Amino acid sequence: MSVTSLKPSDNVLDYLAAHERKSMLRFITCGSVDDGKSTLIGRLLYDSKMLYDDQISALESDTKKHGTQGEKIDFALLVDGLAAEREQGITIDVAYRFFSTEKRKFIVADTPGHEQYTRNMATGASTADVAVILIDARRGMLTQTRRHSYIVSLLGIRHVVIAINKMDLVDYSETTFDKIEADYRTFAKDLGFESIVCIPMSALEGVNITKKSKETPWHNGPAILPYLESVKVRGALADKPFRLPVQWVNRPNLDFRGFSGTVASGVIKPGEEIVVLPSAKRSKVKSIVTHDGDLTEARPDMAVTVTLEDEIDISRGDVICAGKAPAEQTDQFAAHLLWMSEEELYPGRQYLLKTANRMVPVTVTELKHKVNVNTLEHMSGKTLELNEVGFCNFNLAQPIAFDSYKDNRRTGAFILIDRRTNATIGAGMIDFSLRRAKNVHWQDLDVNKGVRASAKHQKPCVLWFTGLSGSGKSTVANLVEKRLHDMGRHTYTLDGDNVRHGLNKDLGFTDADRVENIRRVGESARLMVDAGLIVLVSFISPFQSERRMARELVEDGEFIEVFISTPLEVCEQRDVKGLYARARRGEIKNFTGIDSDYEAPENAEIDLDTSEVSAEVAATRIVEYLQDKGYLAG
Amino acid sequence: MSEIDTLITRARAAADLTGLSLSTVSRKLFNDGKAIARLEAGGQCTLRTLETARARLSEMEAGAAPSSAKAPKPAANDEAPSRTPAIPSETMTHLDRLEAESIHIMREVAAEAENPVMLYSVGKDSAVMLHLAMKAFYPSKPPFPVMHVDTTWKFREMIKFRDDTVAKLGLDLIVHINQEGVEQGVGPFTHGSQLHTDIMKTQALKQALDKYKFDAAFGGARRDEEKSRAKERIFSFRSREHRWDPKNQRPELWSLYNTRIAPGESIRVFPLSNWTELDIWQYIYRENIPIVPLYFAGERPVVERDGALIMVDDDRMPLDGVTPKQEMVRFRTLGCYPLTGAVRSKATTLPEIIQEMLLATTSEREGRVIDHDQAASMEKKKQEGYF
Repeated sequence: MSVTSLKPSDNVLDYLAAHERKSMLRFITCGSVDDGKSTLIGRLLYDSKMLYDDQISALESDTKKHGTQGEKIDFALLVDGLAAEREQGITIDVAYRFFSTEKRKFIVADTPGHEQYTRNMATGASTADVAVILIDARRGMLTQTRRHSYIVSLLGIRHVVIAINKMDLVDYSETTFDKIEADYRTFAKDLGFESIVCIPMSALEGVNITKKSKETPWHNGPAILPYLESVKVRGALADKPFRLPVQWVNRPNLDFRGFSGTVASGVIKPGEEIVVLPSAKRSKVKSIVTHDGDLTEARPDMAVTVTLEDEIDISRGDVICAGKAPAEQTDQFAAHLLWMSEEELYPGRQYLLKTANRMVPVTVTELKHKVNVNTLEHMSGKTLELNEVGFCNFNLAQPIAFDSYKDNRRTGAFILIDRRTNATIGAGMIDFSLRRAKNVHWQDLDVNKGVRASAKHQKPCVLWFTGLSGSGKSTVANLVEKRLHDMGRHTYTLDGDNVRHGLNKDLGFTDADRVENIRRVGESARLMVDAGLIVLVSFISPFQSERRMARELVEDGEFIEVFISTPLEVCEQRDVKGLYARARRGEIKNFTGIDSDYEAPENAEIDLDTSEVSAEVAATRIVEYLQDKGYLAG
Repeated sequence: MSEIDTLITRARAAADLTGLSLSTVSRKLFNDGKAIARLEAGGQCTLRTLETARARLSEMEAGAAPSSAKAPKPAANDEAPSRTPAIPSETMTHLDRLEAESIHIMREVAAEAENPVMLYSVGKDSAVMLHLAMKAFYPSKPPFPVMHVDTTWKFREMIKFRDDTVAKLGLDLIVHINQEGVEQGVGPFTHGSQLHTDIMKTQALKQALDKYKFDAAFGGARRDEEKSRAKERIFSFRSREHRWDPKNQRPELWSLYNTRIAPGESIRVFPLSNWTELDIWQYIYRENIPIVPLYFAGERPVVERDGALIMVDDDRMPLDGVTPKQEMVRFRTLGCYPLTGAVRSKATTLPEIIQEMLLATTSEREGRVIDHDQAASMEKKKQEGYF
């Protein structure tokens, strides 16, 4: 029998050599207290000789005190840990159990079937490769079977064992077993499992646990332990693109700069090209350093330290990716979220998101739907309560590198943390980015105008409003800026009010000063365009030459001249600030339109007369122009 | 040239000839990868051990497979159990996975905690934890000090081993002793095991954590040790008063650990959570990790107290007229010598210890006197702040 036992005559060195080559399997058991889950685990420990005499005698004494199985040893008592739970006869948390055979070491996550089931099951399932779902043969598929299967599938487990337990109580009936199996397979066909294995079992009697039992001669499949010993679960990770989320920068001295972390997926060898996100810097792997010597390759789940050929700036939370297949980056994504807090989810409140080594402020912008974990139906809702699952849109304060959870559990998972209590309140599985994948940089990019603009999702430009005093330039410019802001665009307005009182307060209104005024405004606008902004400039700017100078400071297509061509009579009639009256009385010299010329533009991109259209309509036309010409694409 | 020198010379030649490392040859000859190194450094061995080693060496030199039932088989896995890091295997073994998980946890703490510390109890689990820390940050040293809470009743060999280990690895060691307890003369013989443990261990640990303001402390506890431990998180939170609330633990999903705490709170981190006793021994064997010699059987002066064999480690032990007997014993766990029961054993090598463990019919903690006090004792102790 392939269990961990050693006879005095065995050679311990052979034993050690064999056991050192064991692999590891983590699985979760799901079922309610009555399904015999704890009994199954107790049985696996017992049958694989993982119990000592003192534990067994303690178990026997516990059985007399708390047992529910009469004279027989109550294996369930083995795995119920905390005193409070023992008194109540329920488990309230996740417990991890260990046993091993010659082929594998097993870590079992034992989760309860009571109220906190979803949260605890998700916790246990998050690290499991296989799920063992118990069904009471007398009762068949129940609501909880559906719930367990959904949560297991949501957490990305692809191999399930349906342990149809208590077969002794239905006289090992093949018909009963076949019916449950058929029901389950019909139900589970959309859950994305790669394999479903149904096993008739009696945990209490030890039937089909370590070997196939004579009680079920009709059963063609394996017993549970041999199945768990042989199921293959991890192959796919190595075939996926390389991802190393940087956990710790290893800098013992100036000559060594390594990046430590656990390989999330893929394989990398020295000499291969990598790209670091989010900087998109490229380099090649120089060495893979471990305490035991350099490695020729790093594989999934290995904790390694890599050094690179080039000295590039990398910090914790960056992700080193295969050069040919970098992860996506996004600051908006859709994900399934499991809520784990007594306090409900507040869409719009800021939480902290922790993903592979990176912590970023986040808000849930929209709850698209909730999932009824019992029926798998989608329901509408405004919030999530404890143990509820929803499909939500998220908005991050900074972009993160990610893969979808179904492709990579390591780089597609996150937890949410309450900023106030520091509690872990949610577990998320990313489905897809809400932006197109244009953030993926395929080559090095210095931070330049294009990068800044792309971060703002707009094409920077200058909207140069020119026209007579009182023509409505500032009114229209303000409306345009407000609309752009509402659309999430990044803008700034330069006008007489904020320039004349600061930057240009040394200038008067002589022609020379007017030219210098416009030059400074033009240069300021150019800097802001370089910063990626949409700049609204609202100045009378009466001379063509200065407007041309401003136009030439920026690139083709970045200067949009907006001529507010409201006629002089209308402007003078409005005379909002009483300036025309004062100019007429000679109190203001060089007033445009009165005793100084206004040179109307000949080829303005936009021409609007506010005596013909309202300021609102004018603003709309300008925004439409920006949209049509692609300034707002993003 | 002494017989030992001759054997070492022959062993080195055999290593060259076969292409095996000296530690592998050492393991094949002595069932102990470090034996040759120890002999070279002036160590001694019994005549019987020398005879056996010499016989095995002759077989090796003759190129014949060692056929003795006690010798390891050569062949494909010649280098196993030693590591061959240059060619990582397709699938990681369970020890590789446990190692990687522990390293991941340690790096996470180093990156996120402001003032972490590694609690070092000098036992075998601590030895493994320290070894993993050396690996996790290589070529850097672990970016935290190690701290030993010394009850002043530890075995003298433990203290010597502690100081040697820290010096050899070049680490910062903090030793904390509850001075109030010392002044009051607290000890297991005068105050009983419970009070002694509370004052000199539990309270001392709290004192030390407060004194140095550590916000994260690594401990070597494993989930397989005791039932209530099975449900403890890897990152376990403690209030400002160092209390553990078993009903208010953070869910721990994937390998995403939430390390955020408020000022004054702290985290106990258990990187060995998923290791079992067998894993620990197997890893010590694979990695040649030095451990306190008390784990190996030797002639030691013992007296029988309440059914336990207690070693007389110094003259503080009241003997009440009983003369200690020299017996071949070893220890399965190490703690305060008056509270640690020895077992009669002839196991002088790691494989022999592992063999004994596999054939044992009682669990590891049985040797610990404090655990017998009451049911669910560990859980109560934890809530009070015991590690």
